[in-house]
Amino acid sequence: MSETVFRGRAWKFGNDVDTDAIIPARYLNTSDPEVLAAHCMEDADPEFSSRVSAGDMIVGGKNFGCGSSREHAPIAIKAAGVSCVIAPSFARIFYRNSFNMGLPIFESAQASAQTVSGDELEVNTATGVIRNITRGEEYRAEPFPPFMVELIEAGGLIPFVLREMGK
Amino acid sequence: MPMTITEKILAAHSDRDTVHPGEIIMARIDLALGNDITAPIAIKILRDNGIDEVFDKDKIALVPDHFTPNKDIASAEQCKVLREFAHDYDISHYFELGEMGVEHALLPEQGIVLPGDLVLGADSHTCTYGGLGAFSTGVGSTDLAGAMISGRSWFRVPTSMKFVLDGELRPWVGGKDLILYIIGQIGVDGALYRSMELTGSAIGALGMSDRLAMCNMAIEAGAKNGIIAPDAITEEYVKGRSEREYTVFSSDADAVYDEVINIDASQIELQVAFPHLPENSKPVGEAKDISIDQVVIGSCTNGRFEDLEIAASLIKGKKVADGVRMIVIPATPTIYRQAMDAGFFAIFLEAGAVISPPTCGPCLGGHMGVLAEGEKAVATTNRNFVGRMGHPGSEVYLSGPAVAAASAVAGTISSPHDLI
Repeated sequence: MSETVFRGRAWKFGNDVDTDAIIPARYLNTSDPEVLAAHCMEDADPEFSSRVSAGDMIVGGKNFGCGSSREHAPIAIKAAGVSCVIAPSFARIFYRNSFNMGLPIFESAQASAQTVSGDELEVNTATGVIRNITRGEEYRAEPFPPFMVELIEAGGLIPFVLREMGK
Repeated sequence: MPMTITEKILAAHSDRDTVHPGEIIMARIDLALGNDITAPIAIKILRDNGIDEVFDKDKIALVPDHFTPNKDIASAEQCKVLREFAHDYDISHYFELGEMGVEHALLPEQGIVLPGDLVLGADSHTCTYGGLGAFSTGVGSTDLAGAMISGRSWFRVPTSMKFVLDGELRPWVGGKDLILYIIGQIGVDGALYRSMELTGSAIGALGMSDRLAMCNMAIEAGAKNGIIAPDAITEEYVKGRSEREYTVFSSDADAVYDEVINIDASQIELQVAFPHLPENSKPVGEAKDISIDQVVIGSCTNGRFEDLEIAASLIKGKKVADGVRMIVIPATPTIYRQAMDAGFFAIFLEAGAVISPPTCGPCLGGHMGVLAEGEKAVATTNRNFVGRMGHPGSEVYLSGPAVAAASAVAGTISSPHDLI
């Protein structure tokens, strides 16, 4: 898999962050990424969207992204400038959506347990190594299943589907 | 090789004799579903990629149910995207206002989903159709687009958990109480990535409305799907709704489960899930004396005729408590008509409740009953996350229709036993 290194500050959230916390349903009368980004994580941390910087990372607890199927959730996170999301586990629809639309996500219980908000992290997408520069620690993310790597390398679900159909 | 009902449906749709948990398969879709929130993103993907036809115009359902009747200009624009797409691509199952109902109540009612089907829906509560013995699961908009283009989608075959519920239910206890109890036991990620298969004498005794309500909330335990094998009750429900042939699947006796949970359903009390997670379910007695501002009876979980019937039977001749707003939302136009013909509207109106047209509306804090800061609601809906029904400082307590109706009359969270 092609190698990208993300570097940014961690924004730490708890367990079971639901999609209503990521993007409240009251804003779903649009799918404009910029509008969604302005309300990203609003009900969990009202200051998040105004203080997040490009490249920052969300570090969640278990079952990140539970609840609704709204793809607006990963769209809002990506449009807010977040480079990737790290959590011990992801709710399955959020997991699928992230791969499909191109938001990098990493499963790492260790990174979630050790990281606190404000830590400077570096994530290597190819090796799955997560360096916590603030603490001088190194964590490992679970490797992606081969099929997910195929999807990523195809450029997401739609290019994959079109290629399979010979279109 | 022995298989579960979920494995059999996935195998049948991928032209294989067997499938194994963990493997990734490409499977044929019998129905792809989208609504006014999720479909516009999928439609844009098709149009942007120059795709001018869908895989099968009869196997796509578009239901504008979330912000309808159009809440505001932005919502109207979203619905217009669906309407124009349905026209341009000649989609058979597009539901305009007047025919539109809450999608997961509407599609089984209209015979569009049948036992043994494989359904992919861009709505997390698509898992509802497991109540009919179909494999159905929620996905996002890009997956919906992929399915509309190709008629296929990829699935990781889930491992299965079997829940065996035996025993006779207590008075007023229904499917909603059973599923809230189960989620309380296993947690909101207790079935993550897995299939929840519901079986046992207590499940066999449930009507279709309760079965659909239980499978509807499988997602609230993180499950990929919830499923109940079809039986005579299923066949009776399906009869006359569709000309299409369907296949009845059931699990082999020696199918492999990664967990079997036996539950004595006769011990389950009426449940209430406290804010802000569906797993915070407790017997209704523990919620006693919590005063409320609003009651909502409706949604894809509990907006069916049987739910309204329970509520009407409890409310009849009584008044909604001072300071409580009661909103009743029949989930589909057919249910609306049936409830009206059965005299429920007179009962609700005389009690001081308001009757809404079919919509998801307040369940997701969209419209038609949004909460202010500090307000509390009892709702027969499916989620009680922070801000779910309105202000982030409001609270939702989830229950079945009996507790919701009793609470509306009492003004505090109450059991129907307190009322009579």
